[in-house]
Amino acid sequence: MPESNTIKSAPRTTPALASRHHLGRVSGPLPTGRVRRRYWIVLSILIILALGFAGGLLAYDNPMPPGTPGFWLIAQMRSVNVLVMLLVAFCQAMATVSFQTATNNRIITPSIMGFESLYIAVQTGAVFFLGAAGVTAIQGVPQFALQLVLMVGLSMALYGWLLSGKNGNLQIMLLVGIVLGGGLGAVSSFMQRLLTPSEFDVLTARLFGSISNADVSYLPVAIPLAAVAGTLLWLNAKRLNVIALGKDASTNLGLNHRFETMRVLFLVSILMAVSTALVGPMTFLGFLVATLAYQLADTHDHLYVFPVAILVGFVVLSGAYFVMKNVFYAQGVVSIIIEAVGGTVFLIFILRKGRL
Amino acid sequence: MISLSAVQKSYSSDVAIGPVDLKIPTGGITAMVGPNGAGKSTLLTMIGRLLGLDAGAIEIAGYDVASTASKDLAKIVSILRQENHFVTRLTVRQLVGFGRFPHSKGRLTRDDEEIISRSIDFLNLNELENRYLDQLSGGQRQRAYVAMVLAQETDHVLLDEPLNNLDMKHSAQMMQLLHKAARELGRTIVIVLHDINFAGHYADHICAVKDGKVIEFGTPAEIMTDEVLSRVFDTPVTVIDGPRGPLAVYY
Repeated sequence: MPESNTIKSAPRTTPALASRHHLGRVSGPLPTGRVRRRYWIVLSILIILALGFAGGLLAYDNPMPPGTPGFWLIAQMRSVNVLVMLLVAFCQAMATVSFQTATNNRIITPSIMGFESLYIAVQTGAVFFLGAAGVTAIQGVPQFALQLVLMVGLSMALYGWLLSGKNGNLQIMLLVGIVLGGGLGAVSSFMQRLLTPSEFDVLTARLFGSISNADVSYLPVAIPLAAVAGTLLWLNAKRLNVIALGKDASTNLGLNHRFETMRVLFLVSILMAVSTALVGPMTFLGFLVATLAYQLADTHDHLYVFPVAILVGFVVLSGAYFVMKNVFYAQGVVSIIIEAVGGTVFLIFILRKGRL
Repeated sequence: MISLSAVQKSYSSDVAIGPVDLKIPTGGITAMVGPNGAGKSTLLTMIGRLLGLDAGAIEIAGYDVASTASKDLAKIVSILRQENHFVTRLTVRQLVGFGRFPHSKGRLTRDDEEIISRSIDFLNLNELENRYLDQLSGGQRQRAYVAMVLAQETDHVLLDEPLNNLDMKHSAQMMQLLHKAARELGRTIVIVLHDINFAGHYADHICAVKDGKVIEFGTPAEIMTDEVLSRVFDTPVTVIDGPRGPLAVYY
């Protein structure tokens, strides 16, 4: 090998070319003043809306005169629902935004990866084998914890198996996840066919994503879990920004891409399991929230997308709940209005801007 | 210096790379040329640790690619693939800023900002630095990605067909910039090229790859001959004296 013709190169560091750098040239997450202003205005509006809906849920249609002990008692009882909504919004928003980044795909949501099918299969199985009493048999903190473990276990087995192999491939993992979800769904439908009408009726109430499915006694388990997983994702925001560039670019920048993806997917599965086991399927919510958050925040930086996504999630959930409760008197079943109104808002955004 | 010893990668019984032994000297541009499917890009991605080896070892500046931590390698070598996942709502400057990630872990200091500015100016992107990537042409985007790997300030820069999708003007500009980066910034640049004439004119060394093996390595003067090129590309090639050096004619 021609070692001799090694080229004498200039000394390493970049020569101070007539650099046109000045302090105004910065690469922050919000590049220009206009984008910055817009971001903070959007965030303030979302905070006001969130506070408004939360206040509305606590105080509107409260039979006791404001300020009396009775008023506060009722508000306190209602505040559990608000807390559940906050928790679900937090879980779904953080999980979906992170999941879309880890899979480099902006049109999917972690719910299709078998979480919801598993939830439906567990609920249906309980009613199928134990009759209407089955619904009560799977309520309780140990059962809740068991469902969490099942869901996280299933998804980790899937991610681990499909991502660690020699031909580990995200696309195949997603496909297998969807197929497994479909299979579980089919088994559930089959069992539902064989139920008596009254059992089926009891079951249906559990299968609609509903805030009132949530049991207060689950919260001491659910809140710490969600808080820990969410905080870890939040602290990981800078790395998530790099992972969004794709496998090759993030490896080039020094990340162990497979390890980072697995870590994100693990945290995502905890958040999704908490949300699903708590209130049931919310298939569309995460996707809607993540997409709207990107449209509203107008930045790639997760540190800035996360808060917008959580607030959007809470506004959508509490808004839907408020309307369902005070306009249609059908409190609980929020997933219907989320899919109808949220879907419309989503379509308007996409058609107007023409991009995700 | 980048050295490969007995590097092997097999896909199936009849498709395999290697064994390859190669020493890429420090400084200047080394161009990898060869027919389609010869394994140029595979070799480059293995050097850049994007693809594991089945056997053998690769060392960059004395660091073994397989055993050195990825975050340490990111300060020694940078690699740019042909296709890049495309993030929306990312400006040119933010993209280039990612080049500083191995050094600052996402918290850009004042020095980082200055290096980013310098990389952007170097690729003549200063007018475009606050544009979003989806508002750029293919050539501008390509330049933005090159600016990112330059901002990484690694001694070794690996580029996989950076002239893909570029027209005549932008191809020539890109090669001139890379040439300048090798000279003025003292980078060792390894580049996969399709056009042998670009390699002949701008490269300091040419590495010819065929059927998964390195069959020639030398200066452009040594490689740009009828006999060598015809053998490498399996097609009759005549090298004539052009106005700016040897010119391979193959049509």
